[in-house]
This record gives sequence, structure tokens and C-alpha cells, in this order.
Amino acid sequence: MALYSEKVMDHFMHPRNVGSIEDASGVGEVGNAKCGDIMKIYLKIENDIIQDVKFETFGCGSAIASSSMATEMIMGKSIHEALALTNQAVCEALDGLPAHKVHCSVLAEEAIKNALKDYFDKNGIPYDAEKFKETDHDELHAQVHGE
Amino acid sequence: MHVYADNAATTKMSPVAINAMLPYFDKIYGNPSSLHSVGQEAREALDAARDTVAACLGCESREIIFTSGGSEADNQAIISAARIGARKNKKHIITTAFEHHAVLHTLNKLEKEGFEVTYLDVRKGHNITAQQVADAIREDTCLVTVMYANNEIGSVLPIAEIGAVCRQRGVLFHTDAVQAAGHIHINVKEQNIDMLSLSGHKFHGPKGVGALYARRGIALVNVIEGGAQERGKRGGTENIAGICGMAAALKDACDHIDENMPRVAAMRDRLIEGLSRIPHCALNGDRVNRLPGNVSFCFEGIEGESLLLLLDAKGVCASSGSACTSGSLDPSHVLLAIGRVHDVAHGSLRLSLCEYNTDEEVDHILKVVPEVVSYLRNMSPVWRDLQTGKRQYIL
Repeated sequence: MALYSEKVMDHFMHPRNVGSIEDASGVGEVGNAKCGDIMKIYLKIENDIIQDVKFETFGCGSAIASSSMATEMIMGKSIHEALALTNQAVCEALDGLPAHKVHCSVLAEEAIKNALKDYFDKNGIPYDAEKFKETDHDELHAQVHGE
Repeated sequence: MHVYADNAATTKMSPVAINAMLPYFDKIYGNPSSLHSVGQEAREALDAARDTVAACLGCESREIIFTSGGSEADNQAIISAARIGARKNKKHIITTAFEHHAVLHTLNKLEKEGFEVTYLDVRKGHNITAQQVADAIREDTCLVTVMYANNEIGSVLPIAEIGAVCRQRGVLFHTDAVQAAGHIHINVKEQNIDMLSLSGHKFHGPKGVGALYARRGIALVNVIEGGAQERGKRGGTENIAGICGMAAALKDACDHIDENMPRVAAMRDRLIEGLSRIPHCALNGDRVNRLPGNVSFCFEGIEGESLLLLLDAKGVCASSGSACTSGSLDPSHVLLAIGRVHDVAHGSLRLSLCEYNTDEEVDHILKVVPEVVSYLRNMSPVWRDLQTGKRQYIL
């Protein structure tokens, strides 16, 4: 299907790291069912390194592909590297997303940040709250798909 | 196996239709408005096509206008009725909440001009009753425009009853019959239909051509200004090949309704029965009064676009009313109108069959849809929450 790049289709058809982690160090969930996309990221962190990462996604092809790519990009990385992951980097790694699907990569970035925040909160690690501002997804979705 | 189950979107052209078009590209290529013999040959073909379409609808040939498709026909019918109404200071129109956008957007435009539109509730039975129409008619109602059959959920509306109500109350009645023409028997005179729109490519004819039936005496307003074609009501040199292809396809479809309808409906019923076994799903549309080829479901916990992409990979072409496939913020207005909430409307699937589909293809669909639904549910956090009781099932 010409809508998506081969990379997107590959990650959609063969998603990496699907599932959950029972004793996750941090869990993050963003989006809502009303909009039609929800992403949930599970992280297993040891010594500041992401030892394992899993995802569950309710959403379109690009939402699933973005989750898959994002988990692959942070697997084995330090939490600082994971924190630095941007939606643009996810987009580029997927060889681009159609304009009205870019918000799927934003969800992936935010789901990871959300899971890291959960990890910091659980372990009493201080962080800059400014870096964890979440987009209003109804608003973002409206901007992207707006009538 | 490759299964095309998106016949409500468009159909494969029939050999009958293709053959009917071929002479008009390089043999009888004249302009019907030309006086010479090459032009007059095209004129004869145009007249014959008009006779054919009129015979299929049970009207007179002069009551048929050829258009670029169903949307143009809808636009012209509604604008014309509105202008007729406005002259008598009647500026109220009745329609349903699940019309096609060709109707809804035209009505939105009229609302901005000061018309008032009543959108009949379609939640009960995913259909309307003639009584709802009767109750909504007012002194200043100039038009009732309701679709013959719904494109997404397949409900077939009680057109003859609505026609009787409108005729009795003296209100113009237009029906968008794009999904019905060639699939269900239509007789505009018996059903008291004043105006009707149809589109060639929904019954194995070509794209880019349609027709508007308007009862004699209804003063049509042009949507396309131009020459004297179509009795001055639609400018532009006629699309002869398209018109001849559509006429041939419509006749072929109407001639075979009695044999095609039960066979297609049997495949439809087998799909509905089989897919209903998937847990937490719901059938959309009227169960009884239903297009022979329409199957429409909502599956809880998944999203429609990913469902379509995976089905495509498994050889099944279908469609969905999810926001991601509609290209707008909201899922299909039809699913919302029948009362489906956003969360489940995103997980919709429409399979639309025709007589070219086979029982083996139905078997294939019945095998792959449950697999794909289950695969997507297994990676869905919504489904997990439903299963663990964190979220309540809607379906």
C-alpha cells in the first residue's frame, strides 16, 4: 500500500517487542480510545540501562509501527538516551510518515517519557517536570485531522 | 486468495458494460450536438441509453438527466427543490442523520442561506419510519431527501411508504439511490419518487457518470452551466461512452436482480452469522431491511485502519469507518448517528459483496477476519483493560 513506506509496513506487519512486562520498572500510557489511538510502554530498567521494553498499542498502522520502531530504538540504551528520543527521530527511522499520521510518532515519544517518569516517581529520582509535559491529544488530533 | 469485498465503494466493470462503451471511443465518436451523420449516430446512442435507464426506473426518457455521478445528481436535486421551495417561502427540508456527504454538505450550504433542516433520528433499528417523516413535515417543508439504502451499514429505507406520505402532503421527495439502483427493484412512479440519484460505477458500470431522474414538471436548476445539452439542465458535451456503459450495466443488473439478490444475500447472511461469533462485536444496520451485499460490524478493542491493512495483506479488500480511514477527527458520521460511541466506531469493518463473489471467498473471509481481530486485540491495551475489568465492555 503506497500510503506507508516499506519500513512502516515492515514494523506494522512484523512489530518488534509486542507484549507486556509483569514486573516493569516503569509503565507509561498515552492517548485515548475516543481518538482511536492508545499506546502503552513497559520498561525494565537496571543500572540506568533499559534491559527490556515492550509495547501494547490500540491504533492505526502507523501507531503500531511507531511503537515498534521506538521500542527498538531505546532497547539496551541508557535512560538518558531514551529520554532524548524525539518523535522526529522515530519518523526518520521509519522513512517518514504521512503528514496526518505524524502524531502517532508523538504518541510513541510521549509514551516512553511517561514510562520513564513512572520509573523516576517510583524510585524517588528527581527530574525536571518541564520535560514531561504531555500534549493534549484531543487538541493535537484536531490540529492534525481537523475538519 | 484475493477477495474484493468493497463493492459499496466501487465495482469491477462488467464485460457487458465495457463492450457497450467501446464503439464510442473511436468509431461513433461524434458530438451529439453536431448536425452531421457522425454526430447524429452519437445522438441516437444517447437517446437509446436514456430510454434504457428510464425503463429500468419506470419513468419517461425525458425525465432522465445524465450527470457526472451520484454526487452531482444529489446536488442538483436538492438545490432545485430548495429554489422551488424558496419561491413559495418554504425553507424547511427533512433528511436523515446518516445521509451521504453529497446530500449533507449540500444541506449545510442551504442552512447557511437560511434553510432549516430536520435530521431524522436513525438510532432505532438503524433505520427510519414513514411515520417519522410524516411527523416532521410542516407547512413550510419544501423537500424530503432520504437515501434509498445506506452505503455504510446497508439499511434499506421504507421508500414507498415515505413516497406515499410525501405525495399525500404535497412535499417533493428525493432519494439518493446510489447504493440501491441495480441491486433492488425500483419503480419511481409506483413508489411516488419525485427525484432520484444514481451512479454508474456501483453496479458494474463506469466511474464518472450518473443520472438524475426528475419527475416531469419539476423545474431543475443547473449545477453546471453551459450549452443546451440535457434539455439545457446540464451543460457540457455528453460523456457518451460512459453513459452507454452505465445504461448497459444498469439494464444488465436490473435484468438479473431476481437471481443475484438471493445468492448475494445468502453469502451476506453466512458472513453475518459467522462474524457474529466473534466476542464483543455488534452488527451495524437494519437486520431485516438490508442491502443484499452489506455486512457491517464494530469490534471492540481494535482500530479499523490496522484491521484493513492486515486484511489486505491476507488478500481481503474491505473498508472501515474509523477516523484514521476517514481522514478526519471523527469516525464515520453514520456509525455515530446510529448511536455507536467513538471508542467502538473506530473498530468498524464493512464488507460489501456482489454477484462476482463466491462461497470460497466467503470461507476465506470467515477464516481471516477472526484471526486478524484476535491478533490486534492481543496487542491492544484497551482489550487488556476490558479483559482485566479496568474498563467496561460496551458491546
